[in-house]
Amino acid sequence: MHFNLRSALAIYRREMARAFRTAFQSIISPVLTTSLYFVVFGSVIGARMEPIGGVPYGAFIIPGLLMLTLLGETTSNASFGIYMPRFTGTIYELLSAPVGVAETLAGFVGAAMTKGLILAAIILATATFFVDYEIRYPLLAALYIMLVASSFALFGFILGIWADSFEKLGIIPLLILTPLTFLGGTFYSIRELPAPWDAVALANPIAFLVSGLRYSFYGVSDVPIAVSLGLTLGFLTVCVIVIAVIFRTGWRLRE
Amino acid sequence: MHDPILSIRGLTKTYKNGPRALDSVDLDIYRGEIFALLGPNGAGKTTLIGAVCGLVRPTGGTMHAFGHDLSRDWRSARARIGLVPQELATDMFETVSRAVAYSQGLFGKPSDPARIEEILRSLSLWDKKDAQIRALSGGMKRRVLIAKALAHDPELLFLDEPTAGVDVELRKDMWQQIAALKERGVTIILTTHYIEEAEEMADRVGIIRGGRILMVDEKRAMMERLGTTEAVIALAAPLAALPPTIAAFPVEIASGGMQLIYRGGGTSSGEKGGGRAQVAQMTQALTRAGIEYTSLDIHDSSLEDIFVTLLGEKEAA
Repeated sequence: MHFNLRSALAIYRREMARAFRTAFQSIISPVLTTSLYFVVFGSVIGARMEPIGGVPYGAFIIPGLLMLTLLGETTSNASFGIYMPRFTGTIYELLSAPVGVAETLAGFVGAAMTKGLILAAIILATATFFVDYEIRYPLLAALYIMLVASSFALFGFILGIWADSFEKLGIIPLLILTPLTFLGGTFYSIRELPAPWDAVALANPIAFLVSGLRYSFYGVSDVPIAVSLGLTLGFLTVCVIVIAVIFRTGWRLRE
Repeated sequence: MHDPILSIRGLTKTYKNGPRALDSVDLDIYRGEIFALLGPNGAGKTTLIGAVCGLVRPTGGTMHAFGHDLSRDWRSARARIGLVPQELATDMFETVSRAVAYSQGLFGKPSDPARIEEILRSLSLWDKKDAQIRALSGGMKRRVLIAKALAHDPELLFLDEPTAGVDVELRKDMWQQIAALKERGVTIILTTHYIEEAEEMADRVGIIRGGRILMVDEKRAMMERLGTTEAVIALAAPLAALPPTIAAFPVEIASGGMQLIYRGGGTSSGEKGGGRAQVAQMTQALTRAGIEYTSLDIHDSSLEDIFVTLLGEKEAA
């Protein structure tokens, strides 16, 4: 198995440069949005809310908000990263280069992951201005954030290859990821939902992600952490397999 | 002849519910040559290039470059092949030098700013190195694409319609660039539908239509074999009838006996050396027959005439 490190680095650097070129869009705007959530839900409304599972409401919503931004940004970043070259035609260069699936993924997905992690760090730093919180298992939290970032970067990559219009590109994050994250217990514990909605909520895979991250933050969760980790790893594996098949068949990449 | 640098056998590409874009193409390209692939729009030129460069998945056939099987050893082969696409597809917001540096890295080369400077200078792009590509003119964008394709020092370079939509002056400029690349030992395959371009640049010419290669030959041989020569000889005195020694040539009397018009050469002459040699023989015969002439005007048919004739014949067949 060949791996051309220089090629992967070239793709990675270019994707990172693209992010810095559009720093406002890719960093400042999600930070601003999240800050607004903290102000409204964390400080203003949160002050009137009961603690959930022993965690003050303002702190309780941090993992969910982080997940909301992480999923949305990582997915759309990775999907744009591969969709734009397809759209403009510059993908000819990637396809004609001595570069295979491993380098392409390392470059595109690695960059999307890095951007997701930078974003997460900024959001967590921003959160300290609005609420007091402590992370109980920082290592687990970091690992979990990276796992989620890489899974959804892969997912975004698939999306960017599948989409054949800007509309399709935007539709999945907007119509599926964001609603599912909101419904997945970002602002509440799904255990507090009346039956049968607590069971229905567990059909939402993102509920497991939010719960997993919340566990690493505060040691409280709606579902066991092992289930959350297992599900995320499973999703990652499925995405890797799908991408391997895409490269093998050349679907939407090679005529 | 030495081993081909690129060898294509039975290459076929059929699109789903589409026409056969490539129909069992055989082609050999030799080191150091400029090969022009000539054909009308939709003939399969771009598909053929795409198949070699990895943009198109062939339906059948084999391709070897530098002895590597392109379906298996594509990494080793592609590292030595460059492609300048027909469309001006560039990352509009990237600067020229960064775009070229990216190509260098993408093809697995260590970063080499000196080499990039050299390439940009040779393409008169050095003073634009920090400009965003979107700010450049069409001709400059084309040169950026060439610079990107050269960044990994390919031994085999594909130029897909390098002068499409480029004005006359820039076209001559581009021809010089291509000639300079050949000087440096780069093997070049270019597609064009400007026959003048093939005539100017190419060592060998392949004519493709409907996904089939109709003919591949050295440009000179093709022109000699298929070309025709027209010679107009102005006579000093009117001539009523051709003497038998002259009538043996494909010639006729015109302008009320004041001109002889020769039309021959190519396959019709049946002679070695083609029409020009035959005209020389004919002038000697005229002198021997005591026929004086005041001027001689010779015109060879161009590759364009050959091309049109060839495609016309195939159409009729």
